[in-house]
Amino acid sequence: MTIPAEAQEAVKRFGISIEDYMLPVHGQIQILSEDGTMLPEEQRGSSPGHQYPVPSDSELLEAYRQLVIGRRVNDQNSALVRQGRLAVYPSSHGQEACQVAAALCLRDGDWMFPTYRDSVAVMTRGVDPVETMTLFRGDWHGGYDPHAHKVGIQSTPLTTQLLHAVGVAHAAKLRGEDTVVLAMCGDGATSEGDFHEALNFAAVFHLPVVFFIQNNQYAISVPLAHQTVAPSLAHKAVGYGMAGERVDGNDIVALLAVLDRAVTLARAGSGPLLVEANTYRMQAHTNADDATRYRNQAEVEAWAAKDPLNRMRHYLRSTGHLTDDAETAFAGDAEDIAQQLRDGLNAEPRLDPQDLFRHVFTEPTPQLREQAAFLRDELARDEQSALSLGREEH
Amino acid sequence: MSTVAEAAAARAAAAAGPEAVTFAKALTTAMADAMRADDGVVVFGEDVAKLGGVFRITDGLNAEFGEQRCFDTPLAESGIVGMALGMAMNGMRPVVEMQFDAFAYPAFEQIASHVAKMHNRTRGRVTLPMVIRVPYSGGIGGVEHHCDSSEAYYAHTPGLKVFTPSSVADAYWLLREAIASDDPVVFMEPKKLYWSKEAVDLEALRADFEATNVEASRKGEGRAAVVRPGADATIIAYGPSVPPALAAAEAASAEGRSVEVVDLRTIVPFDDETVCASVRKTGRVVVVAEAQGFASVASEVTARVQERCFHSLAAPVRRVTGFDIPFPPPKLEHWYLPGVDRILDALDELQWED
Ligand SMILES: Cc1ncc(C[n+]2csc(CCOP(=O)(O)OP(=O)(O)O)c2C)c(N)n1
Ligand SMILES: [Mg+2]
Repeated sequence: MTIPAEAQEAVKRFGISIEDYMLPVHGQIQILSEDGTMLPEEQRGSSPGHQYPVPSDSELLEAYRQLVIGRRVNDQNSALVRQGRLAVYPSSHGQEACQVAAALCLRDGDWMFPTYRDSVAVMTRGVDPVETMTLFRGDWHGGYDPHAHKVGIQSTPLTTQLLHAVGVAHAAKLRGEDTVVLAMCGDGATSEGDFHEALNFAAVFHLPVVFFIQNNQYAISVPLAHQTVAPSLAHKAVGYGMAGERVDGNDIVALLAVLDRAVTLARAGSGPLLVEANTYRMQAHTNADDATRYRNQAEVEAWAAKDPLNRMRHYLRSTGHLTDDAETAFAGDAEDIAQQLRDGLNAEPRLDPQDLFRHVFTEPTPQLREQAAFLRDELARDEQSALSLGREEH
Repeated sequence: MSTVAEAAAARAAAAAGPEAVTFAKALTTAMADAMRADDGVVVFGEDVAKLGGVFRITDGLNAEFGEQRCFDTPLAESGIVGMALGMAMNGMRPVVEMQFDAFAYPAFEQIASHVAKMHNRTRGRVTLPMVIRVPYSGGIGGVEHHCDSSEAYYAHTPGLKVFTPSSVADAYWLLREAIASDDPVVFMEPKKLYWSKEAVDLEALRADFEATNVEASRKGEGRAAVVRPGADATIIAYGPSVPPALAAAEAASAEGRSVEVVDLRTIVPFDDETVCASVRKTGRVVVVAEAQGFASVASEVTARVQERCFHSLAAPVRRVTGFDIPFPPPKLEHWYLPGVDRILDALDELQWED
């Protein structure tokens, strides 16, 4: 068995076993309490080998600004679904801390492989908001160029994207680049076969991948207890020979601390790591879902009390970092993006039926050229008969 | 400076023509040449490194190119294909080996949902230059799960190219084309042909290939070829069915019938032009394929010929395919495989006027 250098160091320094290093802490890492006060070091859930430096206040202020924007984006997109401008939107309302931390922990050259629920993370990474929504508006399967911001197209087939993350990391490693890849999935998705294959490949090839699981407690209607009886999802890491950590997913401070360290370790050559964030999907799975059929209001309210924005705001206000002016400015930034979304998504998308044939291959086959011509002629005939029908009516 | 004896030996070798090489050797050489020509080409899969693959097709690649360029993966086909996709997305040209046809099925989700669709999904911003090599079809006495003809699954999936060679020269050339392709290619290798031999000059082929700008020429086009000219009927075949088709054409000529054989070589892109030119010339057609016939590539070929060449046809198109049963156990496979006699019977039924 090969033991990453970082693990060997932790083992020596803290006198802990390799299993203790790889296993997550008991409970979870939490730095900001649910009422928004910075917890003293001994109450953060950490143990030897699991200590995390707290990000600077300026980082936290920027993270809060992104949280405000992310919340506004979620609510704006849900409203656009109700207005019929979007076909569907899987909201991450309640999970914004995970979304923001996922984007902020990466450098420019790093890659992110998100799921359908991670639109806010994608936008926080810098992808154009309207392009991000192309998939959900339904005018194409993906709207942005993955290479431009190093963000995979939001994946729908559960955990398939984790293997793409592994491949991107493998290519980077073979070329000697210090790219880190963040591979994202949900709690339910951890039951899929590709989850296992991706973790194992990343570990065997010792690749710089951080697997980031947002455990929002449900896979559509099915609670986590039906997916696994493992002590936690983070515990799964040790079976692959990698370190796992469990973090309060509504605590942006803890998330940044844990993810920053994971990314730093991966970049330094530790091999892959796994981070499980304990959070909650505050809204239904999508607009098409009815969450009242499978969970009760008391549970939802208990989680509402742990809201990631309230917590962070309370901390930043009480310490004087968040001024009235800053709050107004952040709300303005959020409104600007909401306006961009409204403008972009209220405009009719330009649809070109010939696009259907253009990119199936790098060069259309003769058969596709024939079919493209067939559709063009059919549409021309339709237009012609609509025109002559119009003439007859006059 | 070469000695007189060496020069004499070289002259003798040249006079004797090229050496007989196996189909397997042509595939290996194609990968080695591609790896020499482009650092981005990497080969991986199960048992491909030290062992050289269960069929030895990757033999010597690990030794020559090292562990970074030819390596074993954990046993997981979805992992192999999904990781290859990520590597292709990030500047490499992976060539992955599936150990057997039926063991590629765990990778089907990656192939159908991502490999085939990523270029379209991203409006061409992500290209996936990758090859999935699949040893396929029967005739080797293989037990269950080792003899499937799975080409229809891939050919049915838009976004995948499907190549299948039937000769030693094609094994080399088509694999080089597949590796050079910016589209993902499922490369189907008829495993019963691995040990077949032909006199082929692989050096000359390499020089030829590297002088041809393959990417610019016939990129989206099919590459069917008339492998035996004839005037009275056309047999359309591909991969493992080409040798029996050629044998049947030979036998038919002894009976006075001149039979043309068209080898599809690429199922996708499909070469309607070459196929139809032959059919219009002969007016009689037998389509031969080892796969089960129902909803198959043979059905598609038959339909296309009928749609495009109806007025040139003197008789309904006949299909000679596998039965619609799971591939049989080794001791029963000879009843299943389309052989020369069955092809000749089908030829006889083409409503000849004589
Ligand atoms: C392979 C596959 N099977 C089923 C689905 C349908 N599906 C979409 S989301 C979902 C639940 C996933 O739950 P989880 O992984 O916890 O992520 P969450 O939606 O909670 O963020 C399911 C079953 C799918 N997208 N892909
Ligand atoms: Mg979930």
